[in-house]
This record gives sequence, structure tokens and C-alpha cells, in this order.
Amino acid sequence: MADIRNYTLNFGPQHPAAHGVLRLVLELDGEVVQRADPHIGMLHRATEKLVEHKTYLQALPYMDRLDYMSMMANEHAYCLAIEKLLGLQVPVRAQYIRVMFDEITRLLNHLLWLGAHAIDCGAMTVFLYAFRERETLLDCYEAVSGARLHAAYYRPGGVYRDLPDSMPQYEASKFRNRQKLSDLNENRQGTLLDFIADFTDKFPKYVDEYEQLLTNNRIWKQRTVGIGVVSPERALAMGLSGPMLRGSGIEWDLRRKQPYEVYDLLEFDIPVGVNGDCYDRYLCRINEMRQSNRIVRQCVEWLRTHPGPVITDNHKIAPPSRVQMKTSMEDLIHHFKLFTEGFHVPEGETYAAIEHPKGEFGIYLISDGANKPYRLKIRAPGYAHLSALDEVARGHMIADVVAIIGTLDIVFGEIDR
Amino acid sequence: MIQSIRDFFRGFLLLELLQGLALTGSYLFRRKLTVRYPEEKAPLSPRFRGLHALRRYPNGEERCIGCKLCEAVCPAQAITIETAQREDGTRRTTRYDIDMTKCIYCGFCEESCPVDSIVETAIYEYHGETRGDLHYTKEMLLAVGDRYEESIARDRAKDSAYR
Repeated sequence: MADIRNYTLNFGPQHPAAHGVLRLVLELDGEVVQRADPHIGMLHRATEKLVEHKTYLQALPYMDRLDYMSMMANEHAYCLAIEKLLGLQVPVRAQYIRVMFDEITRLLNHLLWLGAHAIDCGAMTVFLYAFRERETLLDCYEAVSGARLHAAYYRPGGVYRDLPDSMPQYEASKFRNRQKLSDLNENRQGTLLDFIADFTDKFPKYVDEYEQLLTNNRIWKQRTVGIGVVSPERALAMGLSGPMLRGSGIEWDLRRKQPYEVYDLLEFDIPVGVNGDCYDRYLCRINEMRQSNRIVRQCVEWLRTHPGPVITDNHKIAPPSRVQMKTSMEDLIHHFKLFTEGFHVPEGETYAAIEHPKGEFGIYLISDGANKPYRLKIRAPGYAHLSALDEVARGHMIADVVAIIGTLDIVFGEIDR
Repeated sequence: MIQSIRDFFRGFLLLELLQGLALTGSYLFRRKLTVRYPEEKAPLSPRFRGLHALRRYPNGEERCIGCKLCEAVCPAQAITIETAQREDGTRRTTRYDIDMTKCIYCGFCEESCPVDSIVETAIYEYHGETRGDLHYTKEMLLAVGDRYEESIARDRAKDSAYR
């Protein structure tokens, strides 16, 4: 009898369901996956090595480009690590702004994940609706930082600028009469905080819409229930974190377990799954969006009533304001020193982790006392999740691999870094 | 028992699929959110970081004094500056190049500039057909600044309270 050899299939790197540049070598027996072997490195940009030759400030924009779906969260971990080594106190208002934008980032990430995951599994419209909300949130990004994706907004010691008091508005055009224009600009009349508050009022209804489209949908359930089951023990052993871990029923969230910034002052729940399959992880993320919305709302209320500085007044770390810089010699010297040499971080090593939308994102930083990191190691959640792919996908049909890749929520910026 | 009968009919009548369809159907009659791009544009924040420009003082003198702070802070090393003394004794740049293919649009050059000379404008519609086209020289950057000075100044004025 002739030998029956397994069929080897190259999945990606140009496959639209491969979420970027994942190359997956699948060993198939018929349609059943015997082995899934991810090949990574196509987006490798040597970020870790690169920042060894950049001052601490210069390395900051490169953090945006790690997980390019949750930009400010990456910056946050990086700033936390530096602040930890410096022993720097961040103004409370800056902490609230950071928390608010971390949660906006979580919404951005989960919305993209939801849309992309649904489209992978054959549900087209969710993608369109998810991007409608992303548009609003990206406008918030743009309003504070001037960029819709690569924000470079957080700084060691706080955030760059305070929240703006006005929102940019749509301009008249031949396609819209005055009535339509004023409808469009209705939520842009007040400050950025009003704009965000308006969004938080509307958002739960939008999540209900996504759920109406997906949660009970039989096709969606057939594609996700019982697919990619991870037991709690294995989830821990494989180093999964974030929704991947919580979907398996382990209540672990760094915002609660190791509160950073002002998370211990805010009210929110941690959604936990039961079965650890794709469907439970979907429910987890949907509920996380609702919780993030709650947190954003609380931050908005706090920020409205508490004006104050948003960056440390220690001008050895953060540059002085432009007015100070132009009127005082000492501040001008600080300005020049900070933008050329940068600041020095005392010798030592530290690890700072945050609850990134995808899981535990950590920065391990070693400083030898110079103005640039001696070594910076990035702990990317996606890397551990992708490593688990082989075990999770084994024994599933080839079509389920797409659902599993979707549920892992991998982004290659951080995996290949 | 009642639950299982209910489940049977629910499954049989495709109820949840129809609910989903009703939602998408309802969107068919709602106002469209899309913007017809080249004719109308989405609103742009005054902090927007787009194409670079070099500015002049109202008397026509270029602002840049060649301190090279932007060159030093640029994370992507996209800026190249050479300076020389002019006949009137002031130091000015003889070369100010930005390689737009290297630039990561972080805005640090604008942040560092002590005389508000190099700025990132709200222009995002520019292109080059070869690599060389995206290599902006001092003349090109000054031309951008001259052409859009009004909007540049307006955006800076709006944001000056926060910087």
C-alpha cells in the first residue's frame, strides 16, 4: 500500500486572514491540521536594538509602531518603565488622561479585532459598523496628538499637551446644506471631553448592535463555539494573558492585580469566560469594551472638574513650556539640553507592565546611567499567543485556523518588533 | 419543556438571523456617514502633523537660525542641515533637507524649534513620483511655508495655549 503523506500548506504571508505578515506552514491530513508552524520575522525592524542608539525621548515614537493597533498603550508601558527608574511622580491629571486614552486605545483595538475577526468568519457588516466608531475615537487621538495612529503623545513625566478646548468641525460643501452640516457638527461644539462623553453615551447602544449581529447568530456560533479551547491550566502554562487568559476563566487583570496610575480609584468589572473557546473570548472582549466605556466615562467626569499640570515640572526630565523657554535663559538651556542630549536615567534595571488590550505588555529596561537605554526588552503578549497557536489549532479543520488566528488577536508589529 | 419548544421554533424561524438583517436593513434608510473625499474633507485638528514647512518672519526674513536642534532630536535622522555666516553677520542655513521617506512624522522637530521655524502643517495631500521628489530642500520647504503661512499661523495660534 502506498504511503499517504501529509499535505503541507503555506498559509500567508499574503493571505488576508493572516492579519499582516504571518506565514503559517500547515501540515494537513485531509482537512485536519496536524501541525501549525508559524514563521515570524517578516516585519522585524530591530526596535530593541534601534532604541539602544536613541535617547529616551527619541525612542518613544518607535513604541507606537510595535503594536500599531494600540499605540498609546505601548507608549504607556515605556513611559512607566522610565518613570520607575527615575522615581518620577506624574501629575494626577496626566495619570487620568493616560488612563482615559489607554481605555480609548482598548476600544480601538477591540473594535478592529471584532471587525476583522467577524470578516474572517464571514460576517461582513460588523466591520463597517466597528470602523464607524473607530473613526470617532481616532478623531480623539488626532485632537490631542495631531496624528490618528502614531500618536507620540505620552512623555516620560506625563503627556505632551493638555486636552484641547475645541474640536475641529466639518466645513460646508456642496453636498450638505446647513441643516445637515449642523447635525454633523452637533457633537463637536464643546470641548474634547464633551466629544468623548457624547461618544460614551452612544457607545453601549453600538455594542448592542454588534451583539445583535453576532452573539446569537447561528453561523457565528458554528464558527466559534468549541473552537480553539484552551484549558485554564494550559493557558497559564503557555503564558497567555489578557482576554486569552480571561476567556479560559482565570480572573487576571493587571489593572486590578498590580494597579498602575489611577486604576485603583476607578470602578470596573473584569469579564471572565467559562469554556475558553473562541466564542467565550469574543464575549469577554465585547464586555471589556463595555467596561472600558465605563472607565472612559469616569475619567471624563474627573478631568472636567480637575484642571492642573499634565507633565512634571522637573525640567531636567520634561522641557519647559514655550513661553518659559522664550523668556528665561535657564529654561532655554534646559530646552536645548533635553532635545540634544536628553535626560540621564540612573543605573538600574526595571520591568514595567501594563494591561495592554491584547494582554500583558511589558518593557524591561536596563540603564547604565547614560542618556539612552543599555538594553530594552519588549514583552509582547502577541508573541506568547502566537506560540500557543500550534497547540490550539492542532486537530481542528483548516477553516478553523482562521477563526483561531482571529481570536488570538495578533499584530505583527509587536511580534516581530 | 416549554424552553425546548421555544428553542425549536426560534431555530426553525431563523429569528436571530432576521434580527441581524433588520438591523442592517434599518441602516439602509439612515443618513450616510461617509464623506465624499476630494470635494469635502473630514475635519482636521490644529495639532495635525503633516507636510513640513519652514516659516518666515512677517518682514520676510527666514526664521531658521541653524541651531540644528531639530537635526539632533530627529529620531529617524531625516533632517540634514549645513550652516554658514551670511554677509550681514547672522548665521543661517545653507542647506536644510528633509527626507520625507525617512520622516516618521513624530513632530519632535517642531517641538524642539526655539524660533517656531520648522513646523508640521495640516497638509496631507502631497506626493512624489520618484524617491527624489520626496527629498525636500530648503527652497521647497520655504515655498510651502510661504504658500500656507496663513493656515500655519492660525493653527499655531489655536494651539499655543497648550504648548
